[in-house]
Amino acid sequence: MRSRLKFFLVFPSVLVALGVCVALLSVFQFSLRAYIPGSLEVGGFTLANFTGLSKPIYQTAFWNTLALSVETTLWTLLVGYPLAYALVRVRDRLLKSFILIVSITPLFLGEIVRTYTWIIVLGSNGFANSLLLKMGLVDTPLPLMFTKLGVLIALVHITIPVVVLMLATGIAHIDRDYEKAAQSLGAGPIQTFLTVTLPLSMPGIIAAMTTSFAWTFSAFATPQMIGGGRVPTISTLVYQLGLASTNFPFAASLSVAGLLFTTAALAMMGVGTRRLKKLGAH
Amino acid sequence: MKHRPSLPLALRIAGPALIVLLLGFVLLPVIVVTIASFNEKALLSFPPQSWSLKWFERALTYPDFRGGFRASIIATLWSSTIALVIGTGMAIAIKRFEFPGKNTLEAILLSPLVIPHFTLGLGLLILVSQLGAGRGYGLLIACHVMLVLPFVLRSVYVSMENLDERLEQVASSLGASPVRVLFTITVPLLSPGLFGGWLFAAIMSFSEFTASLFVTTQATQTLPVAMYNYVREYADPTLAALSVLYIFTTAVALIIANFFLGLGRILNIEESH
Repeated sequence: MRSRLKFFLVFPSVLVALGVCVALLSVFQFSLRAYIPGSLEVGGFTLANFTGLSKPIYQTAFWNTLALSVETTLWTLLVGYPLAYALVRVRDRLLKSFILIVSITPLFLGEIVRTYTWIIVLGSNGFANSLLLKMGLVDTPLPLMFTKLGVLIALVHITIPVVVLMLATGIAHIDRDYEKAAQSLGAGPIQTFLTVTLPLSMPGIIAAMTTSFAWTFSAFATPQMIGGGRVPTISTLVYQLGLASTNFPFAASLSVAGLLFTTAALAMMGVGTRRLKKLGAH
Repeated sequence: MKHRPSLPLALRIAGPALIVLLLGFVLLPVIVVTIASFNEKALLSFPPQSWSLKWFERALTYPDFRGGFRASIIATLWSSTIALVIGTGMAIAIKRFEFPGKNTLEAILLSPLVIPHFTLGLGLLILVSQLGAGRGYGLLIACHVMLVLPFVLRSVYVSMENLDERLEQVASSLGASPVRVLFTITVPLLSPGLFGGWLFAAIMSFSEFTASLFVTTQATQTLPVAMYNYVREYADPTLAALSVLYIFTTAVALIIANFFLGLGRILNIEESH
C-alpha cells in the first residue's frame, strides 16, 4: 500500500525529470554533430562547432554576457539592498504594502512587457531623451537604445524584484537583539549597520548575487530587443543560429559552452562567497 | 523609534529620500508607458500632444493578441495545474518518504531554475525535430510544466514546514490508510500553500517568453511571443496599451492577494518577532 502510494507520488515527477534530461542531452549530442546546411539532419561526430567558437563575434558575445552579468549583479545589489531593508523594517503597514507591490509586481510581468517599457524610456524619441533635450542638458539624443548601457539599465531594473525578495528574506531573519546589543555597547547607527546588520544579511546577499548572475546570463528578450543585434550575447546568438538559421549543432555548442561558462563563473563566485560568509559568521 | 534616538538628522532625511528615489526608478517605466499608451500619434514622442484611447481598442482587437491570449490561457491552465498535481506529490514524497535517487531526482527537477530558458527551449526544439513531431500544445505545455514545477515544489515545501506532522500520525494511529491520511489530512492542510504555488506557477507560465519562442509556431504562439513579434513589425503605442493592461491587472491581482493571503508571509520576508 505504502509503496504503491509512493510510486504514484513520485512517478509523474520521474517523467518530467526525464523530459528535462532528454532535452539537455539533445543539446549536448547536437553540439558534437556536423551541420549540414539547409537540412535539419546532422552529420557525424565532430569538434568543429567548438573550435568555431573562437571567432571574434562569439568572443565578443561571451565577453558581453559576462560583463553584463557582473555589472547587473553589482548594481542590483546596490539598488536592491536599501529597498529590501525598507521593505522589512518599515513599520507603517500601508507603506510596507506599497513598497512590496511596487518592488515585486515587475517580477510577474515577464521579460517582454518589462523590456518594452524600457524601449519607450530609452528610445531616441523616448522619455529620457525628450526630457534631457527639453532641459537643454544634451543637444542631440543620447544613444541609449542599441547600446550596452541601455541593456544594462534595463537588466538592472528587471533583476531588482528577485534580488529585493532574496535580500528581504535575509534581512527578515536577522535577530534584532544583536543590533540592540551593539547599540547598548555604544555603537552608533551606522556602525551597528556596518558591523552587525550587513554581515548578518550575508546569506541573503549571496543568494541574491547568485540568482542575479544566473538570471542575467539567461536573459534573452532584453539584450535582443534593446541591444537590437548590436550587443550580441550568448542568448541572442543561440536564438539567431538555432531558430532563424536552424543551425542546431552550432546553436547547441554555443549553449553548451554557455552552460560550462556559467557553471565555472558560479563556482568561482562560490569560492569568493565562502570567504564573504566567513565574514558574516560570528 | 525609541531604541535609536541617536540617528542623525541627515540620515533620517537621506534614508527615506533614497527609498523614494529608488522606488521612482522602479516605477519610471510604468509611468512612462502609461503616458505613451494614451498618446494619439502613432510615433512615440514626449510629452504627447493629444490623447486617445484608440491604442487600447487596437490592443484588444488585434487578432494575433487575441490568439496569443487564448494560447497563453491554454498553456497556463494546463501546465500550472499539471505542475501542481505532480509537484505536490513529489514534495510530500520528498518530505515524508525515503526512496533511491531522491536527491538526484530533486536536483533535476529544480535545475530549470538555473538552466537558461533558451537552452531548454533549444533542446526541446531539437528533440521534436528529430522525432519528426510538430510543435503543438503538448510540447508547449510540457515545456511550461518543466519550467514552473520548481516554483510549486518550493511553495509546497514551505507549507510542509508549517504542517504539524503529529496530525498525520494521529490519523494513521486511528487506523486511516496512508492514502486516506494524504487526502483527508495532508492535502487539505496544505491547501493555502497549494493555491499560492498554483498561482505563482500560473503567473510565471503566462508571462514566460524565451522558451516559448522556441517551442511555439504561429498557431500556438503565446501572448508574450505575439507581443515580441509585434514590436519587430510596428512601432505604434498598441503594445504600450497592452502593457498597461498587463501591468495594472497584475498589480491589482497582487494587491488582492496581499490583502487576503498576506504576501509577506508567503514570500517569507516577515520578521518573526
